[in-house]
Amino acid sequence: MSEHLLTLALILVKLGLIFGVVLTLAAYLVLAERKILARMQLRHGPNRVGPWGLLQPLADLIKLLTKEDFLPARADKWIFLLAPGLAAVTALLAFAVVPFAPPLSLFGREIPMVVCDLNVGVLYFLGLSSLAVYGVALGGWASNSKYALLGGIRGLAQLVSYELSMGLSLVPVILMARSFSLTDIVLAQEQAPFFLLNPVAFLIFLISVAAESKRIPFDIPEAENELVAGFHTEYSGMRFGLFFVGEYINMIVLGAMTTVFFLGGWLGPVLPGVVWFSLKVLAVSFVFIWMRGTLPRLRYDQLMHFGWKVLIPLALLNVVVTGAFLLWRGGWA
Amino acid sequence: MNLWRDIKGTLQPFWITLGYLFKKPVTIQYPEEKRTPFPRYRARIVLTRDPDGGERCVACHLCSAACPVDCISMQAAEGEKGRRYAAWFRINFTRCIFCGLCAEACPTLAIQMSPDYEICNRDPLNLVYEKEDLLIDGGGKDSTYNFYRHAGIGVVNPRGGNEDEVGPVDIKTNLP
Repeated sequence: MSEHLLTLALILVKLGLIFGVVLTLAAYLVLAERKILARMQLRHGPNRVGPWGLLQPLADLIKLLTKEDFLPARADKWIFLLAPGLAAVTALLAFAVVPFAPPLSLFGREIPMVVCDLNVGVLYFLGLSSLAVYGVALGGWASNSKYALLGGIRGLAQLVSYELSMGLSLVPVILMARSFSLTDIVLAQEQAPFFLLNPVAFLIFLISVAAESKRIPFDIPEAENELVAGFHTEYSGMRFGLFFVGEYINMIVLGAMTTVFFLGGWLGPVLPGVVWFSLKVLAVSFVFIWMRGTLPRLRYDQLMHFGWKVLIPLALLNVVVTGAFLLWRGGWA
Repeated sequence: MNLWRDIKGTLQPFWITLGYLFKKPVTIQYPEEKRTPFPRYRARIVLTRDPDGGERCVACHLCSAACPVDCISMQAAEGEKGRRYAAWFRINFTRCIFCGLCAEACPTLAIQMSPDYEICNRDPLNLVYEKEDLLIDGGGKDSTYNFYRHAGIGVVNPRGGNEDEVGPVDIKTNLP
């Protein structure tokens, strides 16, 4: 009995820890993005609130919380109210399967540093990442606004073009690790991280993940200069804030997934596992920000072209080649 | 489709943005750092004085006539010896567009543009400047210019008595 209670307590502690860290990180990622983008454009970025603008996330939070919570006329009330939560919650839930450090031995107990080491972790992640777009689609649908509707439709159109190649780019990873569990995938990268062994899959995954995060080269559902603000045009206050913070949590989660699948998770010399993991996640996040500072937005037919005619054939080919190679050698090791 | 060109065109910008990341921002952080405007920058209008210390303005109304937004108003008055001056002189800076036409129109170089650009205010009424607010001690851009010293009018010296002037001719001496 007490064994169960202890496990439950440990899970709750880990949950609280992850909640705190991920939400804080998401808030500061906003600041980091604004700062880095500004420096890439030879500006300073926010530097008025607190030293170097470090209190800016707090100020943003206060602003968002005190804004009017606006409900457009003839909007689909319940869906409208629930959609932002869906966007943020699916992003947060995906973090449950991410192993962020090697298992810890404490008081003779082996504590896995993951909230829930599902043996179908990869599928769980893929399922949640496709659910995340429901927030966009429903929010856009319920707003009773043409811009939001167009944004939602574009979100779905985008989903069908990147989701398949993202799933297919993970097949070689699963083939090489011989497991769906994220912990096993990390452990399989003991000798060499998968992005060295299978750079094509890594590249496809990175591009798909950039599309999944709905950030600038692929921010087609938002498309400021075409659709006002896309699917969240009609949202204000903290509901907009939830969409917004969901986007950044998503960025962290996708960074964590890239880290786990291709960059070797917590594995690394000298430094402890958590530090390596955080460094890799932050590095991927930086690449996302860098991408935003560099590339223009694709047209949505260009994205569909790219997804269906380039990424998916390439990913399929990669699956075949990797599979054949593994069959021939009997495993990559 | 030139694949190599496309790949290069996608990757090259990344190096450029990375390079910019380590450059110094060009922003001038206004309240702390202020840029020094150029001497001919057109901001707050001033009324200048002679080298002798008298007001240059002769209340000729040319500036208010030139003003496209009608922000200058004044009342002309005359001192002893016919010295004209403005009894009151008012510039409404809430209307002023800092075009500098008044300074161009001024025959005595009295009204001039100064580079002092920090005149924002929360109360628009504080931006209505009276003569006392506009007058400065000094000649501004052409500090040696002194209108009545070569105007041909007997205000400082008798008519034609200034050093670059010729005295009035007695036309009767030209008669046959």
